[in-house]
Amino acid sequence: MYETQYHRAGSVSEAAALIGKAEDGKFLGGGQTLLPTMKQRLAAPSDLVDLTKIPDLKGIKVEGDAVVIGAATTHSEVATSDVVREKLPGLATLASGIGDPAVRHMGTIGGSISNNDPAADYPAGLVGLNATVKTSKRSIAAENFFVGMFETALEDDEIVVSVSFPVPQKSGYSKYPNPASRYAMAGVFVSQQADGSVRVAVTGAGSDGVFRVAEMESALGSNWAPDAVAGIHVNDGDMLSDIHGSSEYRANLVTVMAKRAIAAS
Amino acid sequence: MSKVSMVLNGKSVSADVEDRTLLVSFIREVRGLTGTHVGCDTSQCGACVVHVDGKAVKSCTMLAAQADGADVVTLEGLANGGDLHPVQAAFREHHGLQCGFCTPGMIMSAVDMINRHGPGNLDETTIRHELEGNICRCTGYHNIVKAIKAASDQMAGMAQAAE
Repeated sequence: MYETQYHRAGSVSEAAALIGKAEDGKFLGGGQTLLPTMKQRLAAPSDLVDLTKIPDLKGIKVEGDAVVIGAATTHSEVATSDVVREKLPGLATLASGIGDPAVRHMGTIGGSISNNDPAADYPAGLVGLNATVKTSKRSIAAENFFVGMFETALEDDEIVVSVSFPVPQKSGYSKYPNPASRYAMAGVFVSQQADGSVRVAVTGAGSDGVFRVAEMESALGSNWAPDAVAGIHVNDGDMLSDIHGSSEYRANLVTVMAKRAIAAS
Repeated sequence: MSKVSMVLNGKSVSADVEDRTLLVSFIREVRGLTGTHVGCDTSQCGACVVHVDGKAVKSCTMLAAQADGADVVTLEGLANGGDLHPVQAAFREHHGLQCGFCTPGMIMSAVDMINRHGPGNLDETTIRHELEGNICRCTGYHNIVKAIKAASDQMAGMAQAAE
């Protein structure tokens, strides 16, 4: 790892000021992606601004019809939260399957979504639950937050504060993990929102990050059952293709995972 | 350079280290506790697992500076004098190791999973799932799983006897 300067921010405004002063700084969440990347010398930020000790970024609470999760909340805290398990069971399942237990003790929801790895789980959860990302500057609908591979709507000095999830009637998640890395080769999040509308969001498979499947959403709108999506296939040409699986393989996985997610909801 | 202070195996320690110092380097090189191992360069193998504020983490994927002010326990902090921790004793009893390189991380992850699930609440499937972040390249998982199950059940018995 190249040299870097570590700073521990006590507040969101202090963190933004520290990044503003840094030559090439990066915000640090749990560090479970950033630190391995720095160890490989694939990233060399001059400064790291640790956000995880900021009190405003912590905790899980119910606000009206939504569950609000602070950006510095770890995957393990989300997975074991009674509130999340009761109101957003699909999201609890999702968080309990990220990485491994040690990674879940450190990794945070804010860090994961800010990185927007195309095979990360949370992007499907946020888009699939119609969540809103609250930042230090504004509120962004999840669909507008995730722009493309490793790219979000965040500005350089903008910090994710929390994510607000409207409580759905039903939610479910299923992923086919890469056997070595546990990243999703295809992960599908499904929800039936309070107003009855349906969302199907896919991570891991798309060549441009998380995406929705309109055809599955309308099929599930009239029949919430695995069979309703069994004959619906996403376009091979829009899927990733790499040593782990061809685009045709991933397209097939999307249908299979969608069926399992509905069965689990 | 930053001054980093923490409680390490019950003892307050501090040192001036470069900010890029990993927690595992602090433990091994600054404090000379070589029970914690580094088995990979990619945060995948879990040989370096320690407990930070009671939670299992990969000490190769955390800066020492992030652990400033924390309570850190390594493999060396488990035994009570000459009495092995029940998980250590079970690994010996069930031959839960071959070359032994992954053992420190396996044991620290095992203690963490028993703490989280409660002694006596682990079955084989759960243990195997919980060990996803710990790699044994001798592939000696079978006896590792047996040792963890035995330790978990024995600790449940100890807890019951204490009541």
